[in-house]
Order: sequence, then C-alpha cells, then structure tokens
Amino acid sequence: MGLNRKDLLGVKDLTVDEIRLILETAGPMKDIIGRQIKKVPTLRGKTVINLFYEPSTRTRTSFELAGKYMSADTINISTSTSSVVKGETLKDTAKTLEVMGADVVVIRHAAAGAPHILSKHLSAAVINAGDGFHEHPTQALLDMFTIKEKKGSISGLKVAIVGDILHSRVARSNIWGLTKMGAEVRVVGPSTLIPPEVEKLGVTTFTSLEEGLRDTDVIMVLRIQLERQQKGLFPTIREYARHYGVTAERVRLARPDALVMHPGPINRGVEIAPEVADGIQAVINEQVTNGVAVRMALLYLLAGGGNPHEAIS
Amino acid sequence: MALCEKAVILDADGIRRALTRIAHEIIEKNKGVDSIALIGIRRRGVPLAERLARRISEIEGKEVPIGILDITLYRDDLTTITHQPVIHKTEIPFAVDSKTVVLVDDVLFTGRTVRAALDAIIDLGRPEAIQLAVLVDRGHRELPIRADYVGKNLPTSKKEIISVYLTELDELDKAVIEVDTA
Amino acid sequence: MKLLVKGGKIIDPANNFSKAADILVVGGKISAVGQNLCADGAEIIDAQGKLVCPGFIDMHVHLREPGLEAKETIASGTRAAARGGFTGVACMPNTKPVVDSQALVEFIKSRAAAQGVVNVYPIGAITKGSAGGELAEIGDMKLAGAVAVSDDGHPVTNSQVMRLAMEYTKMFDLPVISHCEDLDLVADGVMNEGYYSTVYGLKGISRAAEEVMVARDIMLAELTGARLHIAHISTAGSVELVRMAKKKGLKVSAEATPHHFALTDEVVGSYDTSTKVNPPLRGTDDVKAVKEGLRDGTIDVIATDHAPHAVEEKDVEYNYAPFGIVGLETAVGLAFRELVNPGILSIEELVRKMSCSPARILGLNKGHLGVGADADITLIDPDRQEIIDVNKFASKGKNSPFGGWKLTGLPVATIVGGRVVMRDRELVL
Repeated sequence: MGLNRKDLLGVKDLTVDEIRLILETAGPMKDIIGRQIKKVPTLRGKTVINLFYEPSTRTRTSFELAGKYMSADTINISTSTSSVVKGETLKDTAKTLEVMGADVVVIRHAAAGAPHILSKHLSAAVINAGDGFHEHPTQALLDMFTIKEKKGSISGLKVAIVGDILHSRVARSNIWGLTKMGAEVRVVGPSTLIPPEVEKLGVTTFTSLEEGLRDTDVIMVLRIQLERQQKGLFPTIREYARHYGVTAERVRLARPDALVMHPGPINRGVEIAPEVADGIQAVINEQVTNGVAVRMALLYLLAGGGNPHEAIS
Repeated sequence: MALCEKAVILDADGIRRALTRIAHEIIEKNKGVDSIALIGIRRRGVPLAERLARRISEIEGKEVPIGILDITLYRDDLTTITHQPVIHKTEIPFAVDSKTVVLVDDVLFTGRTVRAALDAIIDLGRPEAIQLAVLVDRGHRELPIRADYVGKNLPTSKKEIISVYLTELDELDKAVIEVDTA
Repeated sequence: MKLLVKGGKIIDPANNFSKAADILVVGGKISAVGQNLCADGAEIIDAQGKLVCPGFIDMHVHLREPGLEAKETIASGTRAAARGGFTGVACMPNTKPVVDSQALVEFIKSRAAAQGVVNVYPIGAITKGSAGGELAEIGDMKLAGAVAVSDDGHPVTNSQVMRLAMEYTKMFDLPVISHCEDLDLVADGVMNEGYYSTVYGLKGISRAAEEVMVARDIMLAELTGARLHIAHISTAGSVELVRMAKKKGLKVSAEATPHHFALTDEVVGSYDTSTKVNPPLRGTDDVKAVKEGLRDGTIDVIATDHAPHAVEEKDVEYNYAPFGIVGLETAVGLAFRELVNPGILSIEELVRKMSCSPARILGLNKGHLGVGADADITLIDPDRQEIIDVNKFASKGKNSPFGGWKLTGLPVATIVGGRVVMRDRELVL
C-alpha cells in the first residue's frame, strides 16, 4: 500500500495507517543520511520545487537536502508576500509551475490554505511546508518520528506542547498527529495564546506550566514570536520567560526520561533555558536530522511511484 | 491474480542439496571464506543467505557476515508500476569495502533486480568483488548479467511464473512453476 | 400597455389578501384585482400554480457604481436583481467616491433611470467619505431621494458621531442603517472565531466584535429616539439584543442575509474565498438564533448584502481576498430552502420580510398589491427547481458559495412598474 493521495496538505486528513507508513518509510531513509554516499537514484529526473513565500532556512534546506539525497532536481524559489498587490498571483504561479513540469511543489506561505489553492491548479504533488497558523505537517511527522524512535511508541505518552498555541501551525499539526497515534496531548500557555475551543481537538489546556509539565514524557517547546508581545498578547518577554520559559527546574517536573523538543530556531533564555536546550534530554538536533529523513520518505511516497495521481479519480 | 501450480522444480530436499552445493562452490571458488560476506536481497534472498551462511559455517567452521539489502530505491521500474512498493530497511552491519560480496536471491530472471542491487552495494562502498548466487535461473535476461552460483537452470516461457517458497516465510520449501488462471 | 397576471395565488399580506385571483395592470399601476378578469389586448402572464407577490425589495445591495465598475454596475446589478425576483434595491454608498452628497445621489438616480431595470433607492453616507468624522449632507441627500443613511462597510467608530448622526437624521425621518463592527476586536480576523478558526488556522472575529456595536447603537437609539436598522445581523447575541430593544419599544429593526441563515463557518475549510464575508459565517447556534429571530419577528427583513467582486480579486489566498458574497440571484431560493420549506416562515411572512418591511423601513409606497399600487410584482414558483450555476448570474460577481446547490422555490417573473423584466428565469429586456 502507498499513500493514496496526491498531496500532503495537513496531518488532519491523514489516517493512522498513512502516518505509520510515512514513519516506517523514514527509517530506511535515515540510514541513507548516515552513509558516506548520501544518495539514492530513486527520484532521478524528477523536479522538486521549493516555493517559499516566508523566510525559512531550516525547512527549506531540509527539503532541498531530502530532494538531493533522492537524486531529484531541486529548485528554490523564495519570494516575499509582503506586497500582495504587486507580483503574480498564487494561481498564476501554480499554472507556470505546471507547464514547467514540476513533479513536487513544496510550499511555505503566510496564508492558511495557500497550499490548497496551489493543489487545485497543479497536477504535481503539493507538500505543505507550513501555511499561516494552519498546519506544518512535515514538522509534526518528524516530531512523531523522533518520539517513536526515542520512546518506541507514541501511544499512551503524555506530551505537553508549550507556548504560543494560538499562532502555531506546528502545534496544530502535532495535536492532530499525536492524538491520532494515541498520545495524551496537553497544551500549555498564557490564556491569550490558547486558541478558542482547542479542547475539542482532544487536548487538555493548562495555563500553569508547572501543572502542564507534571509527569509528561515529551515536552515540546514552541518558538515565541516577538511581535506577539507587540500586539499586546502578553506584557513583556521578560514576564513570558519567567512564567513560561522551560527551565531545568521545570523539566524536573516531567518524567526523568522526558524528551525536550523544539522545532527551532530557538530563543535561548526566552521559551527555553540554554541548559535545557543543550541538556541530555534535548533531542533538538535529532529533530533536524529526522526532518530530512521524513521529507525523503514523503518525496518517495508522493513522487516515487508510478503515477500516484492516477490514484485520484 | 489466481495462481495455479503447474510443476514442482525443486522440493525441500532439492533446495537443501542445491544450497549445500552452492556453499561448497563459494568456498572453493574463493579459496576459503575469510573475505566473504553474504547479502540477501529482500525478501526471499534473505533466508537463502542465512541458510548458505549456516552451511558454510558447518563446512568451514567460520562465520560469514550476512546483510540484508532492500533494492526498492534503486529499481528502474518505479515509474511504471501501479502499486508503490513499501520501503524496508537495508541492514548491512559490516563495511563492504575490500569484501567479496556474494549477492543471494531466489530467482534470476531479467537481471534488473541484480542491476539495482549492484548499484545499491556500490553506494555503500567498494567491495573487492561481487558474486551472485541464485536458487533458480530461469533465463530471459534483459541485461548482461550472469550468476556465479546456480541451484537449478530452468528454461521457461516468459509467461510462466516461477515462485520460491521458504519455510522462514511460507508453509514449506519448494520452487514451482505457476500459471495465472485469471 | 396592459398586463394581465392570470390564475396565480396572490400573496398580499399588507392587505390581508391570500387567495387565487387575477391582477390587471394598466399604465404601470394595478387597476383591478379579482376573479376571471379579462382585458382586450393585454399581455397575459399565466400564473397558474405560482405565487403572485408584491415586488421584492432588497434593502442592502452594493451596486459598486460609481468607481468600482469592474465588480458591478447599476446595469449589471439591477439585472441580477431582476433575475433574483427583486423589483427594487437599495444601494449602499460605499462606492468611489462615497455617495455623501446630493450630486452623487442624483447621479445614481439618473444612471438607474437610464440603465437600470429595477427600481434603485440610493442610501446616503452618514459621514463625509464614510470616514466616520463629519456628518454628510444628509438633508440634501434626502431631498435628492436618499431613502436611508449608512456608512456600511465601515462602522461609525466614534460614538459621539453616531449619536449626532441619529439625532440629525431623525429630523428627516430616515433610518440609520448600522454596520455593527468593533474594528479593534476584529483586528485582522477573516472568519468566525471558534472551533473552526482554530482548526483552519485563520484569525477569528469574535461574536462580541458585532455585539458590542449592536448594544451601543441600541443604547444610542434609545437616547436619541432615532430609527435604527441593524444591517446583516449574524450572532445569537445580536438577535437577543434586538429582541430586547423591541420589547422596550425602541424604533429598532434588523435584517439578516441568506448566507447567514444558510451556512455556518464550517464551510470555510475549503479555503474557498466565496465563503469570506463580513460579518463572517457563524456557528450552528447563531444560525438557529437568526432563524428564530426571523420566525418570531425580531428580524424584520431578509436582505442580501449583495457584495460582488471581480473574479481575480477573490481568486487569491483566503487572508487576502475581499469580504463579500453575491446574493441577489440566490436569495429567494435560499429563503425557501431554509425558511419556507421547513415551515419556519409562511409564504406571507416571507413576503413581509422581502417586500413589505423593507418598503416600510425605507418609507416607500411599495410592498402591496391593492388597486392603485405600483405594479411591482414578483412571481414565484414554489416547485421550480434549479441547480445554481454562478456562471449564469447576471451579476458581474460570481463570488457565491452556493454554486452547485439545488434550490426549490424560485422567482419566475419580475414585473417592475408593469414592465416584465424577467420571465421564466430569463431576463426580458
């Protein structure tokens, strides 16, 4: 069985079997990254276009490496969405990429739903590399891969996602994925940064970091954006760090073998203390490696087989 | 697809004898097994490699390293097949450099699987030599590839299906000719 | 020029008349209502099995002219109205320039007379340029024919300005139509705040963003005694506020749009920008409350807030698309689907909400079918079915989330001043 879909737009639409397949395919891919010759010929002659409307070194590089390790031709297009009025519309960009014969288009965009627009106008596979506050499915998949690798299984684990849940696509994708895989998910943050009715996604909400971290197996720390403070969502960075910064002392409230994760880039001393980020429980660097493996798996699953689009009637 | 057995090529004893002979041939051809490593091609090459390693150890009193190779990522037909194959791990717990690698598979047909396996092994390092052992060679090569060790040479029609069953994966040991009745 | 509408069931709630009868139109006026009328040389409209209603009036329409003709014009917008069974539309002043002077009201009147196919009733701005600062020349606009004032598209954020607007407008017996929205609370929200905004990752607009303004304006209406009409009511809380205001005897009326009683915010998940509208599509409880408000009379009017946009303007990312849904050509069918067919409103009540009440609020001598009345008539076939195809719209705007919906109960003729402008779902021009 393969992934019976043209695109990866979000974790919300994935079945448990599909998530398992992606994570299981990522394992052999990770071995390739560990070899001296980090290349397989699988996607020879295929074109992967990284269409980034938001600055992102980390995710873009990860996709680029994944494509290159799989022998695809990767092209990066970085544009700014700061001016909506000038420049080409997303629809026209999609049509251009279509005639250029892209096989996979990876899109990062500040507007939720942008990958869905692209997908409508493209026969190529579309991978959502983060859209607004909506989803960042590959991040959640690499997080799940990392947890599974370290813990053996995701089911039954207590996972706390800490920080700005309201504006976090990473949080949303992880909530969908982790709950599907049987984890008990908590979201922790100031009430101004908790999205409305988030409990309906199957999570428990905590405003106290201490209570939220107690007995957890995984602490997932989110990056806090400075502009949230400027919009008045919390008083100062200092107060945020004091109440919601993940310190070594607070990590001790979790289980002794708890993992500390962060999608990066990290604000040391703000959402995470330096000694925690560099500590023995942190798996932040593994997340980066696993990101490449998971993205290789997705490139294979979406573009590596015959004509995956035939599956879509 | 509904498969119907037409003829048995090798029964359990036949497979056992063929493997014993191949084990002897490997030892003889390489003048011992000091630099030998066996790599089984998933899936049925894997139990065959394990059996060969056991025979060699019984004969020579030396353990040869065994690896498992998944060639999916190297296949040349990924864009033409309808069902995308699931990728499994390649597990080769030794360096292939300077080894004489004996690739093991159940059936040699077009040679395309072996071509993929050769590429996959070369991406892992630079072996001294690569040899090929198969249980059945059914002909119809599409690439200039030949086996060094063959359990049974069998002229076939291209439409026939040759299947190998091994107790590690199946109910019993046998190699058979099958036809698709559907 | 004579016209005989034969054999239909007349629904004339203003005259308490609901039975089968013929209507004879002579010189643009109704000259007789009765059984088996005949007239030599009259054009006959067979209304057998149809409902013969006083012409529907949509009191909340954006015709976009002058200045935004790529979205809609008076010519195309009034054709859309005719196709949708409306004999008259009141048009909002948020054009370019904003209709805030006598000259601009006169421009719309003259353009409508020359190019329109249904009656057009201009609404003047409350403040100059709808900027929320100084009052526009409301007295002059009234003389030129404005039927109401509104800064629709924007709220009047300054409460003192709104209070003065109400006090001043009261002298002219014009309603103040309020677009209720607290812009600070809206921030850069694009859809209803709640479970679905969380799931879809779009910034939410809380119900309170509407309700605080509804509450403020009701209090100012109480203070000033002015006539206040709440535009496009969308939340259960707003409906309750209007209900309480009415109970107090204030001169407050309200309208709801078909999209606010036919859709919930769940549909935003397609990221189809035709679901992006202000106020946003709300939750199930709100839809229920709006329907209840329509049923119990809290909401007086069904108006479409017809907001056409050029295709390319809507064909962008959800966040960047303009707000608005076109409504003229789907309103009647949606009202049947959501209100009449399920028994929430009788056909008489529907006619009140789409004809009598808008006429009353705007001070128009319309909305009735008695002898001597203007022959503005909407014919509805309650059994007529159609699958909505936005490409068939006469409106330039195709931004409707209802494409592909199968609707039962549709207008089959529109008669304006005795002239048939739509017949059998096709424009007659």
